[in-house]
Amino acid sequence: MTPRQKRMVLVGLILAGVAGAVFLALTAFQKNLLYFYTPSQVASGEAPKDYTFRVGGLVVQGSVKRSEGVTVRFDVTDGAATVPVTYTGILPDLFREGQGIISIGKMNGQGVFEASEVLAKHDENYMPPEVGEALKKTGKMPPTTYKDYRK
Amino acid sequence: MIAELGHFSLVMALMMALLQAIFPLWGAQRGVALWMAMARPLAQSQFLFLLTAFVCLTVSFINNDFSVLYVAEHSNSSLPLYYRITAVWGAHEGSMLLWAFILGLWTFAVTLFSRSLNEEMLARVLGVMALISIGIELFILFTSNPFDRIVPAPVDGNDMNPLLQDFGMTIHPPMLYMGYVGLSVAFSFAIAALLGGSLDSAWARWSRPWTLVAWIFLTFGITLGSWWAYYELGWGGWWFWDPVENASFMPWLVATALLHSLAVTEKRGAFKVWTVLLALFAFSLSLLGTFLVRSGVLTSVHAFASDPTRGLFILVFLGVVVGGSLLLYALRAPMVKDNARYDFVSKENLLLLNNILLVTASASILLGTLYPLVLDALGLGKISVGSPYFTAVFAPVMAPMFLLAGIAPMFAWRQADPVRIFKRMWPVFVASWVVGIGLVTVFFKADDIKAMAGLGMAIWLAAGALLSLYSRVSLRANFWDGLRSQSLSVYGMTLAHLGAAVFLVGAVLSNQYSVESIVRLAPGESTELGGYRFKFEGVTEVPGPNYRAKEGSFQVFKGEKQVAELKPQKRIYKVQRNTMTEAAIDPGLLRDLYVALGEPMDKGAWSVRVYVKPFIRCIWLGGLFMMAGGLCSVADRRYRLASAVIKEPAGGVEAKGVA
Repeated sequence: MTPRQKRMVLVGLILAGVAGAVFLALTAFQKNLLYFYTPSQVASGEAPKDYTFRVGGLVVQGSVKRSEGVTVRFDVTDGAATVPVTYTGILPDLFREGQGIISIGKMNGQGVFEASEVLAKHDENYMPPEVGEALKKTGKMPPTTYKDYRK
Repeated sequence: MIAELGHFSLVMALMMALLQAIFPLWGAQRGVALWMAMARPLAQSQFLFLLTAFVCLTVSFINNDFSVLYVAEHSNSSLPLYYRITAVWGAHEGSMLLWAFILGLWTFAVTLFSRSLNEEMLARVLGVMALISIGIELFILFTSNPFDRIVPAPVDGNDMNPLLQDFGMTIHPPMLYMGYVGLSVAFSFAIAALLGGSLDSAWARWSRPWTLVAWIFLTFGITLGSWWAYYELGWGGWWFWDPVENASFMPWLVATALLHSLAVTEKRGAFKVWTVLLALFAFSLSLLGTFLVRSGVLTSVHAFASDPTRGLFILVFLGVVVGGSLLLYALRAPMVKDNARYDFVSKENLLLLNNILLVTASASILLGTLYPLVLDALGLGKISVGSPYFTAVFAPVMAPMFLLAGIAPMFAWRQADPVRIFKRMWPVFVASWVVGIGLVTVFFKADDIKAMAGLGMAIWLAAGALLSLYSRVSLRANFWDGLRSQSLSVYGMTLAHLGAAVFLVGAVLSNQYSVESIVRLAPGESTELGGYRFKFEGVTEVPGPNYRAKEGSFQVFKGEKQVAELKPQKRIYKVQRNTMTEAAIDPGLLRDLYVALGEPMDKGAWSVRVYVKPFIRCIWLGGLFMMAGGLCSVADRRYRLASAVIKEPAGGVEAKGVA
């Protein structure tokens, strides 16, 4: 092969590789993008049915109820609306009432969010950014609990 | 007083860095020997000031000086001494100081191990490293000064994040930063070579050991991080495709590509332009990683600190570094002539394929990591990309990579004989797949295609590495002579490829055959999982230095025989009132038994998470193998010889594809 042909074959291979990678990435993207919805959006029916998404907010005080096994039920709020959530499994260490959390899952037929994952941050002062924004929108942002000696 | 001394030293380090950037770079451009000669002493004094600053902060932590804001926020008088020292890099300000300090350390190392470099090249390298130092030191002084005082000083501090109070986590950041920042050396060599127009195989020979050492640290840092996540986060996973993990993985992939491409440039004088570009990318991705972690733009377990001004500063810095280096590249790269000749079927082209695959993998991770950020910045909605995306994209790119890595060492430089290689390798190829499929069928499930493919690939990769070593050795009549005559870098490559195979075994088998159960257990009850019986004995209170713990006790039986006793804890840290899960693990090469306490339920019962994870240790063992391979290659005599041989002026020497 002449150097020119060699180069063309190489360029062709690279292009084919890139095309393959882009194709893979886009198909994988289609299936694995998780959108975030606030409880208000869920309540007004904006959230998709039969499609996994994320919902976040504060865990309503006094709403956590355990059943016989390891299934837990609680409500998540952004101050304007609440969404009931069920989760089977062990909640993260920092999960507690009044804490900002994000859960990943689907809505079932009864309007209950069936979570496959619940995320709470490993810092009690930390607010998931999405939750913080949702709370600011409804004006229900809790006062910061920063230690008093901070600037 | 100590904090002020530290602050002052940091300012002095910045001054030194300014001088170290201006005079040597200018001197190299104008050919002023005196100015170039200033590079070394300036770099060394900058390092001394950084060292002083770092020691000052450490002393403030050891002395419990809570009048320093950073100490007050991240330490506590009841924290054990060891953690008080490691708390220095336990949060944003201190870890940035560590970053700057490590950059100083690398710069210092360059001044020590550069006798073979001519003055002009050295001046440029140190000058470029100083430019990076300036950026990072300005960042610390203006947005994240760890020496800020607080008035009035609190009586006691806010304590270290309990998640970080763990051995693995204390050495993970320094190791990772050694890797990240170490890539700046390869970057500086590349920029210096572009500036001086001396892009030749001597340049590759200088860059290679530095890149290798950085790569070793990066490998170690990532391995540690993965191991820590496994035992500390209590979820039993070893890789989450978390944006911050991705941030460290992308530079690793590109650095791996760079290592392979540097080998081609050094030995064959080919791919020069491409190698330089990889060196620029590798460090740019490290900086991007710092930006992602430190700016707080990510929702991640790692995003402890978030502050938009910091993010903006790093983003601008990143723009300057990436933009500037790419501009220089665009101006200078076309002048470099790649005139090495090689056939289509040759080691060169296989290594090029390796590079393309690694860079593609890195790019697909970059896409998944940045896409949500871009959408958010444009106001198009908040999304996150789940880990299925990464596995779906990563596996198909890596599969051909592993297949080729099995055969690539057999190929000759310049011109390989595909027919001979095919004749030799096809029985090995068939045999490794037969063994892989056989092992899965006998020990696991007969119809598990993923596990079969993974295991077959791993055996093929290992067989290829060993066979290529054997074929080199068998050139000598005597086997031992043959073994002794091989260079250390050949052993290095063999070990690293074996490491990849071992890792693959661990990743595939643990992903396919881990079993998990979440159950509610009362004292005296047991649960069966994966052929083991876990008996819960109950929970007792155990005191710790700065926490109280509830400790569960589990007896694990296989049949009637007791194989382990596991004592997982639920800790409550006194100062921050944080609860932490400490999993208990019985490790083994073939399987890990893993128990973590969930939440207390009524009548002394607990929810409990139990895992049996086969071969998961192989994942980190593979990482250690790769590191060992890197160490072998660094120790190769060639690099020490190189220091004696290369003494020609770096100026006009343009390598003509050294045969």
